[in-house]
Amino acid sequence: MVTTSEVRVEAQFEELADKRPFWSVVGEFARKQPLGSFGMGIVVLMIFASAFATILSPYDPEANAFEHMLTPPNLQFLLGTDQFGRDILTRIIYGARTALFVGFTAAFIGATVGLVLGVASAFFGGRFDLIFQRIMDVLMAFPLIILALAVVSIFGTGIQNVIIAITIPFIPRCARVVRSQALAIREIPYIDAARANGFSNARIIMRHMVPNVMAPFLIMLTAFVGQAILLEASLSYLGLGVQEPIPAWGLMLQGGAEEYVESAPWVAIWPGVAISLAVFGFNLFGDAVRDTLDPKLRSQ
Amino acid sequence: MWQYILKRLLLMIPTLFGAAILIFFLLRLIPGDVCELKMAGAGLYVDQEQIDICRTNLGLEQPMIIQFWDFVSGFVTFDLGTSMWTGKAITYEIALRFELSLQVAIMATLTAVLIAIPLGTISAVRQNTWIDYFVRAFSIAGIAIPSFWLGIMIILGLLIFTQAWFGTPWMPPIEYTPIWVDPWANLSQLIWPAVATGWRYSAVATRMTRSALLEVLREDYIRTARAKGLMEKLIINRHALKNSMLPVVTVLGIEFAFLMGGLVVTEQVFNLNGLGKLFVESVLNQDFTLTQALVMLVVTIAVFTNFVVDICYAWLDPRIRYA
Amino acid sequence: MKFPRLKFAVPLAAGLALSFGMAGTAHAVKMGGVLSFVVGSKIPSYDGHIEGTFGMIHPIRPFYSTLIRVNPDNPQSPTDFVCDLCEGSVPKGADGFKTYVFKIRQDVKFHDGTPLTADDITATFKKIIFPPKGAVSARKAFFKMVDSVESTGKYEVTFKLKFPSGSFIPSVAMPFNFVYAKKDLDKHGYAWHQKNINGSGAFSFVQHQPGSFVEGKKYAGYHHKGKPYLDGYKAISAPKMALRLQAIRGDRAAIEFRGFPPKARDDLVKALGDKITVQESDWNCILLATPNQARKPFDDPRVRKALSLALDRWGGSKYLAKIAIVKTVGGVVFPGHPLAATKEELSKLTGYGTDVEANRKEARRLLKEAGHPNLKVDFNNRGVDQPYKVVGTWLVDQWKQIGVSAEQHVNPSPVFYDKLRKKSDFDVSIDFNCQSVVNPIADVTKYLGSAGNNYGGYKDEKLEEIYGRLLRAGTEAEQRKIMREYETRAIGEMAHLIPTLWWYKINPHRSYVKGWKIAPSHYLNQHLDQVWLDK
Repeated sequence: MVTTSEVRVEAQFEELADKRPFWSVVGEFARKQPLGSFGMGIVVLMIFASAFATILSPYDPEANAFEHMLTPPNLQFLLGTDQFGRDILTRIIYGARTALFVGFTAAFIGATVGLVLGVASAFFGGRFDLIFQRIMDVLMAFPLIILALAVVSIFGTGIQNVIIAITIPFIPRCARVVRSQALAIREIPYIDAARANGFSNARIIMRHMVPNVMAPFLIMLTAFVGQAILLEASLSYLGLGVQEPIPAWGLMLQGGAEEYVESAPWVAIWPGVAISLAVFGFNLFGDAVRDTLDPKLRSQ
Repeated sequence: MWQYILKRLLLMIPTLFGAAILIFFLLRLIPGDVCELKMAGAGLYVDQEQIDICRTNLGLEQPMIIQFWDFVSGFVTFDLGTSMWTGKAITYEIALRFELSLQVAIMATLTAVLIAIPLGTISAVRQNTWIDYFVRAFSIAGIAIPSFWLGIMIILGLLIFTQAWFGTPWMPPIEYTPIWVDPWANLSQLIWPAVATGWRYSAVATRMTRSALLEVLREDYIRTARAKGLMEKLIINRHALKNSMLPVVTVLGIEFAFLMGGLVVTEQVFNLNGLGKLFVESVLNQDFTLTQALVMLVVTIAVFTNFVVDICYAWLDPRIRYA
Repeated sequence: MKFPRLKFAVPLAAGLALSFGMAGTAHAVKMGGVLSFVVGSKIPSYDGHIEGTFGMIHPIRPFYSTLIRVNPDNPQSPTDFVCDLCEGSVPKGADGFKTYVFKIRQDVKFHDGTPLTADDITATFKKIIFPPKGAVSARKAFFKMVDSVESTGKYEVTFKLKFPSGSFIPSVAMPFNFVYAKKDLDKHGYAWHQKNINGSGAFSFVQHQPGSFVEGKKYAGYHHKGKPYLDGYKAISAPKMALRLQAIRGDRAAIEFRGFPPKARDDLVKALGDKITVQESDWNCILLATPNQARKPFDDPRVRKALSLALDRWGGSKYLAKIAIVKTVGGVVFPGHPLAATKEELSKLTGYGTDVEANRKEARRLLKEAGHPNLKVDFNNRGVDQPYKVVGTWLVDQWKQIGVSAEQHVNPSPVFYDKLRKKSDFDVSIDFNCQSVVNPIADVTKYLGSAGNNYGGYKDEKLEEIYGRLLRAGTEAEQRKIMREYETRAIGEMAHLIPTLWWYKINPHRSYVKGWKIAPSHYLNQHLDQVWLDK
């Protein structure tokens, strides 16, 4: 049974979806958001590099080749080699994989859990909301890096644990934004109407509340990816992140790179450039997403 | 209003208590042991008996609940106890670093203001021109460049260029001198990390200045001012900027709170003996008492800043008080 | 590959030449100046008797004197000890090497003005050897042979041993045995020295800013007359290797006493030329890989031997020596010591043969025979760059070549120790044998399954029996013969522990730092009373 009120609500959502051909949407996005498009270009390049890492790079990212130790950039090794004789370009390409994997997993899990908790907290309200809010307050009061540091110390290093460490601080940040948006929606009469029609809580949450908080969710999600990449690099720099011999940008900057920063600057420069570009790209893209989705800013 | 302040004040208690529980148990979940590390860290063999003595002396053999009570009651009465690693009073350990962290935080915030307000203004006034795009790219680059990498590059750059220009390599001092003892030594050490972090922290403030200014520029009274034929410069400086500063100040305030304990990585690169470095060291040393105190300090600063911000908003916007 | 070799050779030659030149100028000592040096580790407490880190030795050692010490003019010798607080030469031992009588100098005063007597020395060694219940002493085990220590006069101390032992004098010479004043121990208790300093060393304590620096100033009443040459020193804490390097380059510090990797030395020499002097030495530290024999299949000697056979030690020595503070291929004994194996003797040990391909073929055969051709290893490593992580990454690659896939878990020190010691939660772990005074017969106890600092989880009666004979061996020839037997059993036949490479100490420093001589340990020769600045 579909009531008229629900039809009207869903029709409103329909308006949001664009029916123009894909390329014209992209074209308009590029015209309106030149920076965002540049960012998207970097993101696409990263995804491409990590998807085709095995084809793009002729070398093994992990095997030592001491005969090529610390070779400056040349035609054979375009960005030079590190102290173990490993090709830096190869490690940067494979490193994009690690960065994207950590970035997307942490951002997606963090934002999704935050979404669910935020919506549930707003929907159920009352004591649940109050207690939940206090827990979020506690987590939010810890600086991101400090919480991540504590988590890695407990679970140990390695990719999975780094992801956990980065994900946990993301949850309250997303939950809080989502909750405030969801609270506003809960007050709108159509939720009462849906209740009056006897819809289950799950249906109301999934069909009415979640779609309406998708905008902040997506904004948080894109912002998190860049932050996660940077956090992973910082943790690796502190020796608490991804471990050798896995190719990861932060790790490439740690230890050796600092020792060779002058005699073999290519060891230290390129991974730094890679991190900066990736985070730069995701941030620009994220800003563009925010501008497009956030109605308050859209009118400007 | 008073009722609202009281309510917000009371809400700080469960947050702080929750933070205390969280950090207490997180720390005890970390594998390893401060005594083992202290006595056998360099590869010596120490028999278990000796380690147990050390643990007993530090109160680590007491039941968890008593240790927790000691920690919480100590925090409430401002008696933070002694560091498990150095045996010195925690207030002394923190006071030693507090000055440096405070100074870096102030200098970084100043840098952020100096970057954010002019750039944000230009960006808003010249909205959607190449200047706007350049400013936005510049401020986002500040977030994107890893601070540790930037730090290494700054020091390396200084060494290389001073050697090239003056013949002898120069780098910032590696130990802290208070500003009233030797302002030159003090500033030549702290200016670099302050600029590096200031750039980073200016990004959000720049964006905030831009969007707040854009909003104000569309207000009626600006239109009136324009209609009156006032100079554009005057309009921006005297009317628009002043009225769009509140959110910018808020953002800077919250960031300032995090600067006090959150410069974990930057302090490593520049060898600054601040609270962030102390935190990393105390976590790695398994120094429970010191880590707990530091975390509670940072959390308290953050919670308190949030409180002040909330009160300011409630004062300015009465609707919030009743929400 | 012309590039790395060329870069490597030039600075090395320059550095060695410079350090030889130094000895010639020793007569023209200049007084005064303050020495700044960087320290890469932290100070847990000031009490040498309970600490074991260079992070405490480098800044704190100059405040204290010891009974005897390694000859500061000849720190490379493992047998050359001289008196510091005692008079004349180091006693040779009487009563069948069971009694040692030390005559104490009469002109020594603590920094607070208290004159030093035999009672202070006795109280100090009683604290170290026979700590009362509730007091910690880290090196109690080194003095197992000591029966009693007593003052036998106002300026005479007598040690009586339970059995003769060649490792007694080296143990007394350990730089951690700071001499404290009896009145401080009596008045303030045994924990007082953890937070307070009152020594009789060349420098007196000025201030310590935790996390930042320690400052000392010349002690005018120092008992070695005319010394110290310096007006004072400042030990600056700098945990990041890159920053320590940059500090020397930017002349914020003159020297770092632990050791730099070779590449760092080359950078400094290239940038600063003759303003930098390089001193190098073999280092009494070796990195080991310890298989956990409490876990299958590491209880199988074939598997352990395969892990050792996979290592290209000679090749690794050539390349790792360029990027890490390791260099020398050696067995269980410090290379260069009379008891150490010759290259020919070494090459007969498992995994020390020069034909790497043959070794690896044998390794694969052993793994197959043991039923683990595709072995997976959980590899525990310590979160310190030099040399742990560099060597760890090398090990992972070496094992990969015999089909062993090792997953490296680099852990911060507390977690690393927790896994290694308490929980034995590893398949193979990095471990190290790092000693101050070179004392092979004491040092090789590391390889005994019964040793407290052995984490292999094994019992080997035969090895214990060999060690028993080694301890009692009278002549050096006999010791040498039994040592070979011990070595073959420990790292050859049984491959209980898998040695990698011995460390190599490289100290590039500002050329104006004179009078400091490199020792085979970063704990030794750090009293700084002979150091002067040529500025």
